[in-house]
Order: sequence, then C-alpha cells, then structure tokens
Amino acid sequence: MGTAFERIAVSALALLASAVIFGLLLILYAGVDPFEAYALMYQGAFGSWFSFQNTLTRAAPLILTALCTALPARLGLIIIGNEGALVLGGVAAAAAGVAVSGSGPLVAQLTMAAAAMIAGGAWIALAGGLRQYRGVNETISSLLLTYIAIALMNHFVEGPLRDPSSLNKPSTHPIGDANMLGTIGGSDVHWGLALGIAACVICYVVQRFTTFGFAMQVIGGNPKTARMMGLNVGRYVLIACFAGGAAAGLAGMVEVAAVHGKANASLAVGYGFTGILVSFLARHHPLAIIPVAILLGGIGASGGLLQRRLDLPDAAVVVLQGIIFVCILASETLYGRSWNWLWRFRAVEGR
Amino acid sequence: MDGSDIGFWGVPLAMLAGAIRVSTPFIFVSLGECLTERSGRINLGLEGTLMMGAMSAYGTALLSGSPWLGVLVAAGVGLMLGTLHAVLCQLPKVNDIATGIGLMLFGTGLAFFLGKPYIQPKAPNLGALDLGGWSSIPQVQQALQVNPLFIFGILLAFALAWALKNTRWGLIVRLAGESVDAALAIGASVARVRLLATAVGGAFAGIGGAFLSLYYPGSWNEGLSSGQGLMAVALVIFARWDPIRCLWASLLFGAAGAISPALQSVGVTQGYYLFSAAPYVLTLALMIATCSPARSVRGAPGELGAVK
Repeated sequence: MGTAFERIAVSALALLASAVIFGLLLILYAGVDPFEAYALMYQGAFGSWFSFQNTLTRAAPLILTALCTALPARLGLIIIGNEGALVLGGVAAAAAGVAVSGSGPLVAQLTMAAAAMIAGGAWIALAGGLRQYRGVNETISSLLLTYIAIALMNHFVEGPLRDPSSLNKPSTHPIGDANMLGTIGGSDVHWGLALGIAACVICYVVQRFTTFGFAMQVIGGNPKTARMMGLNVGRYVLIACFAGGAAAGLAGMVEVAAVHGKANASLAVGYGFTGILVSFLARHHPLAIIPVAILLGGIGASGGLLQRRLDLPDAAVVVLQGIIFVCILASETLYGRSWNWLWRFRAVEGR
Repeated sequence: MDGSDIGFWGVPLAMLAGAIRVSTPFIFVSLGECLTERSGRINLGLEGTLMMGAMSAYGTALLSGSPWLGVLVAAGVGLMLGTLHAVLCQLPKVNDIATGIGLMLFGTGLAFFLGKPYIQPKAPNLGALDLGGWSSIPQVQQALQVNPLFIFGILLAFALAWALKNTRWGLIVRLAGESVDAALAIGASVARVRLLATAVGGAFAGIGGAFLSLYYPGSWNEGLSSGQGLMAVALVIFARWDPIRCLWASLLFGAAGAISPALQSVGVTQGYYLFSAAPYVLTLALMIATCSPARSVRGAPGELGAVK
C-alpha cells in the first residue's frame, strides 16, 4: 500500500486539511483565532515538561487500546469494541487486585494484569468468534458489546463489588497503595507507557518476522487463498481478537493500577474510542501507533487549556478528533494516483 | 388499593408505552438505514446523525420557539450528513464502514461542541395526541399519549415499502443495491441513486434525533443517545431490509428499552443496570439468530458487502 514516503505525505496532508477545517469551525462558530488555539494546544500538549508528561500519561492507554483495532485489522476485521474491553479489563483488574491485595505488589500486579487481559481478550474474541462462526458483522457486534460492557461495569461497581464507603461516586474497594504501578524514573509518567510500547514492539516483531505473522497477512489479503493453503482461519481470528482485546484490557488495568486505584465510571472516558482513531491513523501499523498515540494524547491533554483560556466547550477536542478521522479516511483515495497531478503542475511551472 | 395502583400490570403497560414512545427514533433511523442499504451502501454513521439531528432540532426550537421548525432543520442537517457520507464513499478506495465509524465520532463530537449552550435552557416540546381518553386509568392514558411523529413514522414505513415495491424510483434503488450491472443496463447512475438514498436516509435519522430531544426524553444532553443509531443499523439486518418488518422490530426494541425503568417503577431495583443492557443483548441475540456464516442473510441486497 504505497511507499513509506507516500504514507507519511498523505497522512500529513490529511492532518493539515483537518487543521484547516477545525480552524474554520473555530472562526465561524466560536470567533476564536485558530492560530492562538493551535499555539495553546501545542503549549498544553508539548510546551513544557509538565504538559508533556500529561500527554505521555494519556498516550499509554491509547497505545494499548489502539492494538485492539490494529491486530484484528491485520486479518481484515474492523473491531471497534475497544472501550468495552478496556472497561471490563479495569473491573476485572480491580476485583482481582482486591482479592489478592495482601500477597505482595508483584503478585498482585501480575494477577491484575492477567485478569484484565483475560476479560478483555475474551470479550473481543467473542466478537471475532461470532464473525467467524455465525457470520455476525464484527463492527456492529463489538460496539454493542461495548454498551453491554459499560452496563456490566455499572452493575458490578454499584452492586456486588461496591465499596460501601464510596458515596458520591460508586467504586470498588481500592487495590491498596502498595500494589499501584509506580512511575518511570524521576518522572510522573507511569509504567503503563512502557507496557504499551513493549506490546507494540512485540506485535511488530510477531507480524514482521514470524510465520504466524505472515499467515495473518495472507488471511488479511485473501481468506480464500489462506484456506487453500490449509490455514485454520478461525484460529487466527480468535487469537488476533483475543490478543487485541487483551491489550485493551491491559489498558483498563493500567488505568486502575496506575491512575485511579480502583474501578469506577471514570474508566469509560473514551480512551477506547480514541484508540480506534489512533489505529486507523497509524494505518494499523504497530510501531506507528506509538507516535500517533502521543500526538492524540497531546490533543486530549490540551483540551483543558483550550477550555480555560478560550472558553471553548470541552468537546472541541472530540470534534478535532472526528475531523481528523474523516480526513484520514478520505485521504485513502489519494494513494497510488496522487502524484501525477503534482508532476504535471511542476511541468507547467517549469515552462 | 386505589385506581391508580395497578401493581405488576404496570410492567407490561409501561413496556407498551415504551414501545410507542421509545421506538420512534428506532423507526426513523431504521427506515433511513433500510433505504440506504437497499441502494447498496451501509451507513454506520447514523448514530452521529441522530445526535446532530437532536442538537439542531433543540437549538432551533429554542431560538425560534417552534418545535416543528426544529424537526425540519434536523431533517436538513441529516440530509447534509448523509450527503457527506455518500460523497466520501464515492471516492475510490474509501471504505464505507470505516467512514461510517468516522462520521459517527465526528457527528457526536460536533453535536456536543455546537450544543453546549443548549444544555441548560428548556425548549418547547412537540406535544402529543391523547388517544387514551376512553380509559379511566391514568397509566393507560399516559401510555396512549402518542406523538404525531410516531404516526408519521408508521405511515412512512408503509409508504417506503410501497414505493420500493411499486414505483420506478423504488425499482432503480433496488437495482442499484442488487446488481450494479443491471442498473447500468437500464441507464441509471448508480452513484447518483446511492447519493440520494444515503442523503434521504440521513434526513430520516435526523428526524429521529429531533424526536429524542423534543419529545422523549425531551431535553438535550450528551447522554441522549447511547447507541440507538447503531442498534437501528443492526435492526435492519434483523428486519431483512423490509420497511414493514423494520417497524415491528422498532416496536420490539422500544419495549425492550422500557424494561429497566418499568421494573424500577414497580420497585424491582435489583440489577437495574443489567436490565438496561437488555436492548443491546436483544440486538446481539437477534443478529446471532439471523446471520449465518455459510450464506448471506436472506433478503440482503446483493451489492451490500457488510453482511456477506
């Protein structure tokens, strides 16, 4: 699908187009100077060490949830149940963390991660299995599963798992300060970022250098050929969906074990939905996910500053994300044919 | 026990009332999606259209004082979003499912962004027709308060079914959905047919959104729609692309959505959130029952990729 240069150039063009459209919206609707807004966004996202740490902290769950779309996408599946897997992973992690809170930090953290990955993985594998064995459209079913997951979270957090002392905001019991994931070195960025980057690298290595990854590519290219080669397509679908869901579940565990300390409605703040965008923007490439997640984490981090300084609604960031999403998808049409007119243009200029 | 206490009979009655009240957005969105899919394209972005319709209708009603003008504006906004989806999908190599997801996030975000000033103020309501005057039981009277849009939705379902079957336009739409070659053979422009079908489908979804914000629940806030637009898309598959069956399925979904508040009103609070997931579970169960891996779903338009 095009050269690396083409991919970067087209994506940059799409980002530029989204910046112009969002700028027009700011001028026309809010009467805000878009250059001031973009300067503020840069400041809020990357302008200082403090804001950059905030950006990286937000990027961590985005990297992990993006894998939930990116891995099945390798097989040609469009999974958008990232938020559901994150939320369930968070609840499972909190339940497991409370259960083993007395057995030392390492055991507790590993148990929480395992519980979160199994919960999230099983949830997305369900969507993949329904696709493979019942022909149910995986895009619709995975989003429906997200709504069901959020309802389940509300049920558990307000019912069986509720800490009676959490009055205004029903939550599970805290997992305990000793069992929290710490921060990296002298920074405020938690270890979830390292987990996310490691997960991306592992996915890249598997996809690029193993027969398993090659088989995934064959299936994504043409499932019929894959079947003729004797590949068990269903098994690959289930494994890819489970792995993607496990990554999103791990994002939920990171949010619980590094940010909130317990599971509550704060888990469902849209990291999963932004993760879909990250994956598409990175063209489902595991390594490209990392910089894209940092970029979108930065956009998210700057939302507060836009709200305070320019009096923009907090949804401004969501609109920008939506515009970027649509522009990136529309820019697909530029691949492979985009440069002809450019050459012609140069030829005219040269005359 | 006085006349207003009807005990557990309140549950089926509330579900009937729910079927009438909650189903209207489902009817409009599913009819819009039905029309779009019959022309051979899928629009997953109707969730975003629904939110934009709700926001624009509420804003218009608030500023002009006329809720029906709001409905009209919502239809116009839906038309524009549908056109946008159609134009994007017509570009070569652009995937219609992914574009739908993009427009779903874009529409929802834009509705929140533009709708921020309308969260507090109260806009005029669409009002209802009292069809329950014959009964002395208040719950029955309340259940039979019917919004004109509900009746309009029923008429629209029958009109769409008739038009698809009996008119030249309906034939061309069906041809574009069943076989591009056949449509080209009679000289129809598939691109133009799909553009129109997607745009009009978006307008229907916009009207559904207007119902949400102007009648039930009757206010504008960010949690107004939670997946109704998407459920309606799934519902079309279950209804096998037949407008009349879309109508029945919408009523069923409305009833399912009313289970949780109905049980709460008679004192069953255990598992409130679990029952609130009933419409989603129902949608998923129906999709599992309807779909099959071996063949495409019966009644599916031949050119529709998403259900193959």
